[in-house]
Amino acid sequence: MTEIPVTSLSDPAVLAVDGVSVRLSGRQILRDVSFGIGPGEFVGLIGSNGAGKTTLLRVILGLQAPAAGHVAVCGQPRAEARRLVGYVPQKIQLDPDMPVRARDLVGLGLDGHRLGIGWPSRGRRQAVDEMLRAVDADRFADQRVGNLSGGEQQRIMIAHALISRPRLLLLDEPLANLDIRSAREIVDLIARITRQQHVSVLISAHEINPLLPVMDRVVYLAAGRAATGSTDEVVTTEVLSDLYGYHVDVINVHGRILVVAGHGDGLDVPADHAAGVQISGQPHAIGE
Amino acid sequence: MFAPFMMNAWAVATIVAVVAGVVGFFVVLRGAAFVADAVPQGAFAGAAGASLIGVNTLVGLGVFALAGALGISWLSRRSRSDVATALTLVLLLGLGALFLSFTTEYSAEIFSLLFGEVLGISQGEIAPVAVLGLVCIAAIAVIYRPLLLSSLAPEVSAARGIRGRRMELLFLVTVALATSMTLPVVGALLIFSLMIGPPAAARSLTSSPLLAIALSVVIAVITVWIAIAVSFETNWPVGFFVGVGGAICYAAGRGWAMLRGSSRRPAQ
Amino acid sequence: MLSSLFAPGFFASPPVHLALLTGGLAALVSGIVGTFAVQRGQSYAGHALADISVTGGSGSFLIGISPLWGFAVIGVLAAAIMDMIGVRRPRGRDLATGIVRGAGLGLAALFLYWDATSTNATGAAITILFGSMFTIDPAVVSLVIVVALAALAIIGILYRPLLLSSVSGDLAAARGVPVRLVGLLGLIAIALAVSLAAVTIGTILSTALLVGPAATALRLTSRPGRATAGAALIGVAVTWLGIVLAYDSFTWPPQHDGWPVSFFVVALIFAVYLLTSVPWRTLPRRPWPVRAPARAHAPAQPPAHEPAQAVPVRLAHRRTDR
Repeated sequence: MTEIPVTSLSDPAVLAVDGVSVRLSGRQILRDVSFGIGPGEFVGLIGSNGAGKTTLLRVILGLQAPAAGHVAVCGQPRAEARRLVGYVPQKIQLDPDMPVRARDLVGLGLDGHRLGIGWPSRGRRQAVDEMLRAVDADRFADQRVGNLSGGEQQRIMIAHALISRPRLLLLDEPLANLDIRSAREIVDLIARITRQQHVSVLISAHEINPLLPVMDRVVYLAAGRAATGSTDEVVTTEVLSDLYGYHVDVINVHGRILVVAGHGDGLDVPADHAAGVQISGQPHAIGE
Repeated sequence: MFAPFMMNAWAVATIVAVVAGVVGFFVVLRGAAFVADAVPQGAFAGAAGASLIGVNTLVGLGVFALAGALGISWLSRRSRSDVATALTLVLLLGLGALFLSFTTEYSAEIFSLLFGEVLGISQGEIAPVAVLGLVCIAAIAVIYRPLLLSSLAPEVSAARGIRGRRMELLFLVTVALATSMTLPVVGALLIFSLMIGPPAAARSLTSSPLLAIALSVVIAVITVWIAIAVSFETNWPVGFFVGVGGAICYAAGRGWAMLRGSSRRPAQ
Repeated sequence: MLSSLFAPGFFASPPVHLALLTGGLAALVSGIVGTFAVQRGQSYAGHALADISVTGGSGSFLIGISPLWGFAVIGVLAAAIMDMIGVRRPRGRDLATGIVRGAGLGLAALFLYWDATSTNATGAAITILFGSMFTIDPAVVSLVIVVALAALAIIGILYRPLLLSSVSGDLAAARGVPVRLVGLLGLIAIALAVSLAAVTIGTILSTALLVGPAATALRLTSRPGRATAGAALIGVAVTWLGIVLAYDSFTWPPQHDGWPVSFFVVALIFAVYLLTSVPWRTLPRRPWPVRAPARAHAPAQPPAHEPAQAVPVRLAHRRTDR
């Protein structure tokens, strides 16, 4: 097996995930996941549904306590670093009659955690307008959030997450229900803004191709384990087969990647829930 | 109807409407109509129990309203919220039935507790109602932003460190407080009409949250004023006019929304 | 020991027989109907319908007919209105329910007021609100049976469509189920169940019989048939025990007039529910499939050009030497 080299950076990591394991309802969702993200990096978290992407994101957000391991954001434990992480959930449930405009929701990204009503100030309004422009949302800024389309709501949530200038932006499957063109647009948008603002990105998806043009590295999640590295290093037949525990073929066609199930002389693996598993690719050294 | 003894009713009713408009905005936003409905009913049981043991009914109201809010919050962790609300509600009402069965002299007072009584407001009641009203409004003002965010996008606000459960509890307690102070005028069964009708109308008139609260207050106040005026003239119970008034507000709101909404859909 | 539970004269007393019959029927129907109501998130609607029955009850006092007619007729009417306003989203639906309830209760206030002033029936409010288990008019029994049968018939005939549309409205519609009609009939069944219960333990507490046993049964089992049967069983058991205790309480302080049946029934329902929520053993929760919220993740359909993402992933447990 090839050793997957680790990119070590001199700056402290924006995100350091170390040995995180999560167990839910008797099932081991994540085992010993470790990786890091450096400043300004755009990282894709790839895995099929049920692979544990959302669980991992929830651990990083502090919404789920891991059974083992810990998470640090910019060197601080995640509980104290809430302001440094912006989060865009997959979907939000909003009624069309809700009397909340897009700009109100974005504004809450700035000060929604503070008590009180909030004094309307010019600075605040400017920051909100700027952010709305950046995500191309100024034409529907004054419409009810519940009336917007899914894509428009997504931009608003991105604006909401970025307006407080976090160091890290987490997005949970933003491309899941989009057609190819919209997916490209939103990926370009995210890449553009985060580059401007020097924000690191961790974006989860079950399809890797829309992210290929902008991704710096990939964290590939399967069977609760993770492999990290550049796309060329990780998305290979050997690494993914080992990760899945099942033979898969990785095919590169015109720069696009296909992962295909192999033929059935698969690896015979006994089920052994107790064993800790070696993770392929240990970017432990980041920041240390 | 503007005789001195009625001024008390006008004053208290106005305060009640303001509080209902403010708190009601969040009741409608959070889809908490059932909860807002259940708490005052539970409170009513407390009032019955209070007069049984000779304590001021307002205390009984408050205690049971709070118990209801806490009970709903606690049970909601184990089961779906509407079941939790229903069960807490019926438990408190069952207790109320028990208390009522212990006395015999009751009908008129129960009626006014349930359906409202305009004439029974004394001057001494204005000050405490005003104070409690101020507390309710202040409470909503203080938690306004985190409550708004956690009502709209619970996941995101949890990631920001806003504890959803804590907001829920604070909100419920405020509802409990609001309903107990407003009961005497409008009655247990109908106070919540004032909390959902006007905000429902207001939300179709504007898309800005703060403006919606303001409008909600205005509409609530107008509704209550009309209710008192007509109730005074006809001698029919205030609750009737509030209940119907709330329905009219809601219907007007829906009608306006339909007229407006059918013409404007944003382009993709 | 058993004889000390039943106060003397219990089994011989005709009002008790009536109470056991009507109460038992009401509990049976409420339990069965309630199973669906709870699953469809219609606890509030049930409560609202119960309260609106007050309108019917007080109206019937005015006209001088039996309260059960008033309950049932107004209940069905209100169910129709609620269905008509019919909003799809749960928040909006609750709002509409509340409004209808408010309007209905407002009317009730009016009727009760007229009751009090015109017919001198000051006890009307109490009777309607809290029931009169031991003073049920025997003539009402046949009506009770008819209403009960009607409610049970609706559930019986619509069992499968109702079940299917509770789980997934879209799936049901795809199968040709007239979802709207089924929903309306379901609401009507709730209205009927609630009016039955209202006669015995009063409108305010009929919600307890609708929601409590059903919620309890649903915690204990995830199979619909068992849940329905369980709810009926629990409801009847609780009601009968409540009647027994109420009868016993005739000798209790402070009034020596008996504590209300409604109190016992509700207290027992609550107690039973709490008992089942203690985690006696950690069950792997398999809740009845609930209507999935719209924001559930899209099913794992990999896009056409990557068919293999649906590779079943077996957990790998080999240590790889690197």
